[in-house]
This record gives sequence, C-alpha cells and structure tokens, in this order.
Amino acid sequence: MSELPKLPKVYAAISMPLEGMNRLRKLCQVTVNDRDQDPTRQEFLDGARGMDALIIYPQVTVDKELLDTAGPQLKVIGTFSVGLDHIDINLCKKRGVKVGHTPDVLTTATAEAGVNLVMATARRIQECIRAVKDGVWGTVWDNAMWLAGKEIAGSVIGIVGLGRIGLAIAKRLAAFEVSKILYTGRNSRPESAESIGAEFVTFDQLLEQSDFVIVACSANDSNKGLFNAAAFKKMKNTAILVNISRGVVVDQDALYNALKSGEIGAAGLDVTTPEPLPTSSPLLTLPNCLVTPHNAPCTVTTRNAMCELTVDNILTGLEGRPLKAPAF
Amino acid sequence: MSAASQLPKVFVVRSFPPEGISRLKQHCQVTVHEGEHTATRQEILDGARGMDALFIYPQVKIDKELLDAAGSQLKVIGTFSVGLDHIDIDLCKERGIKVGYTPDVLTTATAEAGVALVMATARRIQECIQAVKDGVWGTAWDNAMWLAGKEIAGSVIGIVGLGRIGLAIAKRLAAFEVSKILYTGRNPRPESADPIGAEFVTFDQLLEQSDFVIVACSANDSNKGLFDESAFKKMKRTAILVNISRGVVVDQDALYNALKSGEIGAAGLDVTTPEPLPTSSPLLTLPNCLVTPHIASCTVSTRNAMCELIVDNILAGLEGRPLKTPVC
Repeated sequence: MSELPKLPKVYAAISMPLEGMNRLRKLCQVTVNDRDQDPTRQEFLDGARGMDALIIYPQVTVDKELLDTAGPQLKVIGTFSVGLDHIDINLCKKRGVKVGHTPDVLTTATAEAGVNLVMATARRIQECIRAVKDGVWGTVWDNAMWLAGKEIAGSVIGIVGLGRIGLAIAKRLAAFEVSKILYTGRNSRPESAESIGAEFVTFDQLLEQSDFVIVACSANDSNKGLFNAAAFKKMKNTAILVNISRGVVVDQDALYNALKSGEIGAAGLDVTTPEPLPTSSPLLTLPNCLVTPHNAPCTVTTRNAMCELTVDNILTGLEGRPLKAPAF
Repeated sequence: MSAASQLPKVFVVRSFPPEGISRLKQHCQVTVHEGEHTATRQEILDGARGMDALFIYPQVKIDKELLDAAGSQLKVIGTFSVGLDHIDIDLCKERGIKVGYTPDVLTTATAEAGVALVMATARRIQECIQAVKDGVWGTAWDNAMWLAGKEIAGSVIGIVGLGRIGLAIAKRLAAFEVSKILYTGRNPRPESADPIGAEFVTFDQLLEQSDFVIVACSANDSNKGLFDESAFKKMKRTAILVNISRGVVVDQDALYNALKSGEIGAAGLDVTTPEPLPTSSPLLTLPNCLVTPHIASCTVSTRNAMCELIVDNILAGLEGRPLKTPVC
C-alpha cells in the first residue's frame, strides 16, 4: 500500500469554534482537548509531543520544557489571544518556531468589554443586582444617595497603554463628555493620541489625576506588579481601576487592601491571578470589586474571527509561508 | 409665635439631599418624612394637609384625593423626576397648582445608566459575576463560546423616544461603530436626529430591525403596555430590551415569557411594576434579565442638582414667580 500523504499533526489545547476547526481538520491531523476544563500541564506536554503545530491560549505556558517535549519538528504555535506574556518569544525565535496571535480581530470586543467594566463599576451594577435580589430596594434611601454612582461626564480618564485596545476604549469614552483623556506608557503615541486629544503623562501623573484608571497595556517583566500599594496610594480615593490587561500587572493583595480601606473607590477586573480566580479569593467578598471570567474578547463574531485567524496562522506556518498575524 | 407661622409650609416626602433642604428651611416651615422607608399613602395624605407646597417623587401619586386632602391653599408641587406620569397634570392646571420637575439636570446621568444597561446585558455581566462567584469559571468553555456576548459594533440601535435622554444615549452609542441608529415616536425629530444620522421609523420597523431596543420615552396613557406579547414576537430572537422609561410601558408577564422562551435575548430594566420589584418576581429568576433599583439618575452631582432645582421651583412657586422648570 502506498504511503498516505502525511498530514501535519496539530494539537489544540482548547477546542475552538467548529467551523474553524473543521477547516483545519481538512488539512491536518488534529487532536483536541475538547473537555471544558483546561488541560493539566502533563496532559498538555503529552499532547504536544511530536506535533508540527500547537494551538494554545494564555493558560498554557510555552517555555523550554514545552519546546523540548514537543520536539524539533515543531514549526508553529498559534495562540488564541493577542497577549503573549505566556510565551517565551525569544526562545521560540532561537529555535525557529513561528508564533502567531490574534491582534486586531479582537480589538473591538475587548474594548467594549473594557467600557462595560468602566460603566458597571461606575454605576455599581454588582451592588444594584444584589440589592434588588436581596429585597434591600425600598428599605434604604440615604437622602436620595443610595447606591449613587460616578458620572463619566466631566471625569478624567487615564489609559495605561494606548495600544489598539486602549485607543479603541478612549475613542468610545470620548463621546461621554469626559473632562480629559490621559495616557501613559513607554513612549508617547502622537498619531493615536491626536485623533482624540489624549495627553501623554507620567504614570504617577495619571494615577494622581484620573477618576478612571484603565489598564490596557501588554504585560511584560517591566510592568509586573505595577499596581502596588504605592500606586493605589497615589490614586484618588474615589478612583476606579479597570484591568483588561493581565492579572500579573496588579498586586492583588495590595488591591484588596486598597478597596477594603477606601484607598481607591472600586475595581473591575477581567483578568486575575490566578485564572480562574478561586471562589475563596477575598476580592470576591468586596461589593466594590467586580470580576468577570476573562471573557473580554468573547463575542460570537470575535471568537469566530480569532479562530479563523489562528487557523490561518497555523496553516501558513506549516506551509513555510509568512504567518498571517506573526508575533515576530 | 406669629412670625414663624407666616412662613409657607412645605411637606417633603423623603429626606432629600440636606444641602438643598437646608436652603428650603431658610424660607419655609419644612416638614420632612425622615428615615429609610417610603411614606405610606396615609402618611402622605396627612403630611400634605394644609401645605403650601409639596416636594414629591414618582412614588407619590398626585390625584384628586391628594389635592383635596392638601387643601385649596396648595400653590406648587415639585417632583424629584423628569417623569410626570404619577401626576394628574390637567387637574393641577385646573386648580391653579404649579408643577415643577427636573429636566436636563438628570439627562447625562440617566443616559449613562442607559448605556450601562446596554453594555451589561450585551456582555452578560450578571451571569459573569455569578459564574465567578459560583466557581463555574474554568469548568465551562463551550468551544470558546462560553458566556459569549453581543457586540455593539455593527449592531442596529433602536431608540423608542428620541427626547433629551434618548438622544444622549444615541450620541454615546454612535461612538461604538454601530451599523445604524433608528428611532421611533409620535413625530420625527430632525433637529436631534440629523446630527447623529438617526433614522425615523415606525414602531414595528424598529422592533424588527433592532439588535438593541432602548425605551427612553415618557410614559402616558397611549404607551401603557406598549411592549406586549406581539411586540416581543416582532423583535429579533437575539435582541436586547433596555427600559429606563417607566415600568408600565412593559407588560412584565409577556416579558417574562419572551425571555424564558427565547423570543428575545435579554432585558435590562431600571424601572419595573411595582417598585420596588418584589424579590419573588419571576423576572429575578432569569439569568438574562438584569434589574437595577431605579437609580438611573443617581449620582451625587445629579441628585444634588435635582434637589437644588426643585427647591428653586418651590420657592419660585411660593413667591408667585414663574417656575425655573415648569410643567405647568
């Protein structure tokens, strides 16, 4: 019997939307972890062994151990995210392993989720839902100030990281009659900032002046634990922190203390350390801390687009062509 | 002592922000229904007796019974709201009683609350919060579609009632790259609609085409129960209803059925029938029904501004001057 053409082997750490997966299956031999839970580290290592391509997501760390286990035949990794902090990019470069990610296609959904967290924390939606369900509505009035929220109009917005997502958030909030939009980062971004009149300031200036501090930067070694006790002290007591970057950018113990003591007003987090956040986390006991389960890019349109792009990245990588959306 | 008894008498049905009430007390003999609980109807009737002015809010019905109880000396009523459906305006006009309310000062806060409800329902915040607290995060994935939300970008927004608040909502959502903004009402409003490119359509057309149906009209006899079973049938199955108008505009039983059966996608309500909504309401059992306790105008700056405006209206009415913001 003549040799069957050898399809490249792909292991997917998570199941992606079916349309995209079917397209991949036509051209590759695909093994998927199709349970609803994350694979364990061992399951992932075992799954990666001998693969030509891997589909991963932020829960999966790509390091020396993983690359050694996979083997030198590994050509391409596609991460179902724009974030790359779970991947040792330098090592991948060194070993000639291409890495693709999903920039741009998830910008809108993620920005909308960021704005959603700003509005939900400003208007104390979590407390509102609770007050209605617990029958508190009608029993508290507080001089017409019960559950009084914060207005976006007239406020100072501070964006940490005016990248694609940060800019998209700023553009939307610019329609809310805000007082001003500040941003900070390693460098100013005049092309982006000018379109919305955003002002480049230092991190400390942003903390001191902002009513809403929105963390939209990529995570790396230089900003790990950026939001620590000192940062919260510099923030206004009424300020709200929204984090859609990575959990590691915030010192969670310091955040808990700051929220509990009134050092800052409230927080909305789509990302935490770890993920999932354990139900025992003290953050979940605070009425002024709203946590969503890392689903900022999760809309039907965007998830399908992320999947298609990841499949494109994998296929181009396997064929030795430039990736559709390379990380480097 | 005679001097004190010359001051006009004002009954204030709730403890509104103290600063405004203090100003009222400088010019009037003020009785306030203090405390966290709503006054009963009998307490309202008793409190109104012999008053020159009443400072009320939507929970207090102004009808023949109340005006008779107050007496013919009643000169002015100030309502802590822009909504007027709790007041028999014709009867007040007939009896020469001036009525003041709070348009404009609450537009921004209320519009922001409307947008907050649009975003919170689009991104399923209620379910997200629960999933994190219940430890479901990490146990469900659903091919990357777990808790997938709806994008505002590319969607069709339908505003029922392009008044001050409806227009403010439309202006904000216009920054979200929506596909189009439709509106309906008794008459087109080109001065408002043209700058944002909003299109006047019939109620049925709005129901059929909209992804988000936002109810921002004033309530009156002609739109009571406007959102009934047939309205929900005309809406898209994925559509989201947001109501910041009055509970009476929505047939709540029909809404429950529509949400339960999947006739429409979700609902966000800041207003209900009755208010407070009883904890036993079946709407509160639905993951896709988010209810907030009628706090759309509730920010510190707006509540203070509303109070000051009502005090201005009452003082003007007592002094026989034109009201600052008269209804009649």
